[in-house]
Amino acid sequence: MSLFEPTSADFEPLPRQEKTEQITRPSLSYWQDAWVRLKKNTRAIISLGIIILLALFTLIGPLLWSVNPALQNLNQVSQAPSWAKSAVIIAPYQDWDGIRLEGYTSPNQIASAVPAPTGFAMADTPTTQRVRLIWDQTPGADGYNVYRNNRAPRDFNDLGLPLGSTYGNELSYEDRLSLEPRAYYYSLVPTDGYDEYEVYSQLILTPVLAITPDEAVERGLVTDPSEVNIGDDITIEFHPFGTDYLGRDMLARLMEGARVSLFIGIVAPFLFVLVGIIYGGFAGYFGGQLDGLLMRFAEFVVALPFLLFMILFKIAFGIGPGESGIMPMLLALILLSWPSTARLVRGQVLQIREEGYIEAARLLGAKDHYLILRHIIPNTMGVILVTLTFAVPSAIFTEAFLSFIGMGVAPPTPSWGSMCNEGVKTMLSHPHELIFPAVFISITVLAFNLLGDGLTEALDSKMRSRD
Amino acid sequence: MLAYTLKRLIAGVITVWFIATATFIAMHQVPGDPLMNDKAVSAEIRANLEAKYGLDKPVTEQYFIFLGNMLTGDFGISFTQQNRKVNDIIRDHFPVSATLGLLAIFFAATGGVLWGALTAVYRNRLPDIIIMFLVILGISVPSFVFAALGQLFLVNLNSLAGQSIIPVAGWGTFSHMLMPSMVLGLGTMALLTRLMRSSMLEIVNEDYIKTARAKGLSPTRIFFRHQLRNAILPVITVLGPQIAAITTGGFVVELVFAIPGLGRYFVQAVQQLDYTVIMGTTVFYGAFLVLMVIIVDILYGFIDPRVRLS
Amino acid sequence: MRHITVFLTCLLCQFAHAEVEATSVDFHSQTLTIALTQEPPQLNSAKATDQVSGLVLGHLMQGLVRYDRRGNVIPGVAERWEMTETTATFWLRKDAKWSDGKPVTAHDFVFAWQRVADPKTASQYAFILSPIKNAAEINEGKLPVTELGVLALDDRTLQVTLARPTAYFVKLTVFNTFYPIRQDFFESRGDQYAADAKDLLYNGPFKMTEWTHSASLKMIKNEHYWDRENISLNAINVDYITADTRARLNLYTDGKIAFTRLDGETYKDALSQRFRIRRFTTGSTFYLEYNHRPGKPTANLNLRKAIQYIFDPDEMVNRVLATPGNLRGESLFPVWLNGVNDKFRREYPAPQAGYNVKEAKRYLELAVNEIGPIPPLVLLVSDSPTATKQGEYMQGVLLNKLGIELKIDVQTFKQRLAKMTSGEFDIVGAGWGPDFDDILTFGDLLASWNMNNRGRYNNPEYDRLVRLTMNSTDPKTRMDAMGKAQQILFDDAVVLPQYEQGVIYLLHPKIKGVARRVIGPDPDFTYAKIVP
Repeated sequence: MSLFEPTSADFEPLPRQEKTEQITRPSLSYWQDAWVRLKKNTRAIISLGIIILLALFTLIGPLLWSVNPALQNLNQVSQAPSWAKSAVIIAPYQDWDGIRLEGYTSPNQIASAVPAPTGFAMADTPTTQRVRLIWDQTPGADGYNVYRNNRAPRDFNDLGLPLGSTYGNELSYEDRLSLEPRAYYYSLVPTDGYDEYEVYSQLILTPVLAITPDEAVERGLVTDPSEVNIGDDITIEFHPFGTDYLGRDMLARLMEGARVSLFIGIVAPFLFVLVGIIYGGFAGYFGGQLDGLLMRFAEFVVALPFLLFMILFKIAFGIGPGESGIMPMLLALILLSWPSTARLVRGQVLQIREEGYIEAARLLGAKDHYLILRHIIPNTMGVILVTLTFAVPSAIFTEAFLSFIGMGVAPPTPSWGSMCNEGVKTMLSHPHELIFPAVFISITVLAFNLLGDGLTEALDSKMRSRD
Repeated sequence: MLAYTLKRLIAGVITVWFIATATFIAMHQVPGDPLMNDKAVSAEIRANLEAKYGLDKPVTEQYFIFLGNMLTGDFGISFTQQNRKVNDIIRDHFPVSATLGLLAIFFAATGGVLWGALTAVYRNRLPDIIIMFLVILGISVPSFVFAALGQLFLVNLNSLAGQSIIPVAGWGTFSHMLMPSMVLGLGTMALLTRLMRSSMLEIVNEDYIKTARAKGLSPTRIFFRHQLRNAILPVITVLGPQIAAITTGGFVVELVFAIPGLGRYFVQAVQQLDYTVIMGTTVFYGAFLVLMVIIVDILYGFIDPRVRLS
Repeated sequence: MRHITVFLTCLLCQFAHAEVEATSVDFHSQTLTIALTQEPPQLNSAKATDQVSGLVLGHLMQGLVRYDRRGNVIPGVAERWEMTETTATFWLRKDAKWSDGKPVTAHDFVFAWQRVADPKTASQYAFILSPIKNAAEINEGKLPVTELGVLALDDRTLQVTLARPTAYFVKLTVFNTFYPIRQDFFESRGDQYAADAKDLLYNGPFKMTEWTHSASLKMIKNEHYWDRENISLNAINVDYITADTRARLNLYTDGKIAFTRLDGETYKDALSQRFRIRRFTTGSTFYLEYNHRPGKPTANLNLRKAIQYIFDPDEMVNRVLATPGNLRGESLFPVWLNGVNDKFRREYPAPQAGYNVKEAKRYLELAVNEIGPIPPLVLLVSDSPTATKQGEYMQGVLLNKLGIELKIDVQTFKQRLAKMTSGEFDIVGAGWGPDFDDILTFGDLLASWNMNNRGRYNNPEYDRLVRLTMNSTDPKTRMDAMGKAQQILFDDAVVLPQYEQGVIYLLHPKIKGVARRVIGPDPDFTYAKIVP
């Protein structure tokens, strides 16, 4: 048995070897790794693309499509998407006295039956500005009702819209009720001044799409009324997504609405997550009694019935004249939503605080703020990012819901939610007013959901070990 | 167990007090005058009304009177329906909302578990793709659009059949409840389907499933006894908060389908600034939700033996 | 899997067994089913203020007189009456009975009217009693209720002492505030009076047998009603309560209800389903009210004139409201008001500004010279979709045509009222419906003492004309005064009339004899009958 006797040769450095350890793959940080995995997820990447497109639509869109979203055109209300139309220039509207019988007296007795009116005709060329109807006196009648239908009436109960009544001495009627360039079936029914006789005469006509020189100037089609002459044809503006109930361009409004909806959808989650991080991080890091107290308070806020308080807060903050009401909604959302993030962050922090590397860093003399900024926050970022992505759709939905029950943003500010609310009412007659905003909401919500899924998978360490 | 329940209940009572206080403060922040109406009234009448509702007292005193009444379970008289007690309103209309909500939860839960399991079984095949597409639709379309479409569907169905098969609105029989509860449960159903699917897929890789397969158990048995039962657990955890969301989120459905639920009353009360009804419904709902969460938590302890209540 | 199958089968059974419910009209049982827009908030006739309560009460109760289908006053509980400058006397019919079989007496009217005047009742409609002697004083708490100028001379004679000559007093008693209430029954119910079907006593053509709050109510023919032979309907069922017009249209399409009102959003659907659409003018005027308080920009006459000339009521009615039935807003006084021999508006045509950009700009220039550049104006509107839509329209008009910025202030009902009362607005969207059948129901609205004059318009000459109309019984004097008042309203641009409200509605073609009316319960199904 001999003891090891070191010689000077033992202290000679070893010869440098060619290869010790080979890194076969490039070294990746946590985030680089996550990005690589996210890139593999086609759905998430498409979603990310959609989100970028939405951002462009909101920010760049108004520069490319420079139609004023607030400009009303009462002659083009609720138009479906269409190509540019041609209209004829007509003179400004002039009052029409119509035809009145002089020295007319009501029949002494209510006649039991009268014949169908005769001579039911148009007084001049019908335009979308006005349709003028005239007829002959019907013996025995003491008044007339005028109806208008979009299709040929089948019988007396199918005459269509009751436009108006005239007294027995008035043998004319002027219709200006949202006229469109399409075939109309007018019917004339004599009355005894109160009840109708079950007879009617009919007239079919198609008004021509018309615009006055002044309106052409207002719409920016010409710069001076003298540029056009009565009877000229003029091409009127084009609305790729149609118009809304006040004749405003839907595309321009969708862009403006996107600003409101996406602002609430993105800024609100961002802010409440921020509040949650600070609150939860504080509670989790310092722990102890303070933690208990802070978390108890957060639990109270979580227990508030969300929608009820959303409505209550929204209305308590109030909207001043001319304000859009975005800020009260943002505030209410933040006030009610922060605790869930706070709880999540606290849980994460509690977990990370006990990790070995934190202990090691502390032993090396790291200060609190260094630990928080360098180790704890970066390690909770993954969870927070996922929360954020999923919070966006729910914020957008909350806005839409509030707008639906009439407690959303104040008009004239559009939002996708309030546009949907308007659209739902006319979804059969003007489906485009519902479909476009609803599709935008759906696409946005969907994109954020899929991106959230992708992020969860990309950031989840469990999934990573499975590859 | 008992100590745990008791502890939770005490915390619940404090939470309800917090909700009541928050409501009281928020409500008194709302600008406007609850006693004002279309026609202006004389000062004498106004004074009488203020005395009737105790609005002539200082706000702090009103708060303590309110807390006292709340303890005895009395929320006072409605401002807009002056001969009805808020308690009566809650008693008459909450069961309607609750029935609607529970039925919606039932649809959502059965549907969610069923579809979720199906998608997991047929992973990446046609049924999975179809169901997931519908789920995506369910998550991304606002509920009011569904409500309007659902009612339209019924109208068309009935006119096709030439008679009223399913009523388009109203309340009373089970067939009245069908469409509204499905519409109400749709969002949750989509959520649960997703959850169920991912939870099923995770479990497929678990060791005990591999063991079961190695033992030679039939796939059906593995599916029902091991996979499904274990996959349902996470679904149950989210059920508590979802019940909350559904029972309070029924306004739209109640409005569209003419259902006499409490949600509609709340929205009306806020618009009319009906103090007593706002306070009553909020506190009642708050208490209900707190109770629901406690019950779900306790139930969870029974279902999942791994969770020990402490 | 078996459990699921069982569940599904159960569901299918439910589908199959879903009972086919009664349709909206039934000829054999003479039953009618309708929907209400809201739960009747108040069925105590002394306190009811809203239209839904008025509609229900109108079928359950009857006052001294009532209207026929064409708007003529006909006997109700009173079979005849007599008016002098200082008194009104009503003789009650012998066979008028409550639903428990006891006769309706003059005491029931005295009791009811005293309840209304009593400040403890806090009835919003107490003011409508003001033509009766001491009513105003009692309502202010200065006199006891027993001092009210109404007396039961015997069980069947009611004598009213008037505070001032009131030409329209008999017509006034049509209104639900004047319905009788029986003292013993009222006192037996205490706070619960009118809270439920059993807590009300009925003297009208129908009585309520079931009332499920916010869901349904049922009215059946009252076997004690004096004119029961002429009532065809056996029952009116209110099976649905919903404010959603689309839901109601769906119910109508489904044959579940026999009557529904349409709006701008739903009428096109009704049209495409080939339903018979009817039209009715409600008699309410909608207008913009300016704030006349000193210091407000709208206190400036020229600014108001500028807005008056830029506003095009034709466009409002035909393009913004865009439903048939609405009439152009030409005056605060609607067309249906009676004048001396004919309609007031035919005897005294309302002066019109007409849409005139040049004139508007001229007035605007004058206004700018007087008060400097026009600051952004605040337009206060309610949160209803129609009101906000009209607000958006006005905003567009003023900005694009006059360069005046309008800030829309959308507020819920109570908040809007609070702001109207305290004067936190420049312009407010308002509407006024008649309370009784006389021009004064609109005329005194802008009198300086009227609390509902929220813009605080104050013009001694206008006040004088209103007082003259109040205290005179001569139709010519009264209508001349109101004709002058109408001219002042125009010259001063006190308010901006926008439109007279019209509605379109669907009514099952098998129902005949339904009355729509400006004053009183509307629609009135009392004399409706269902034809095969």
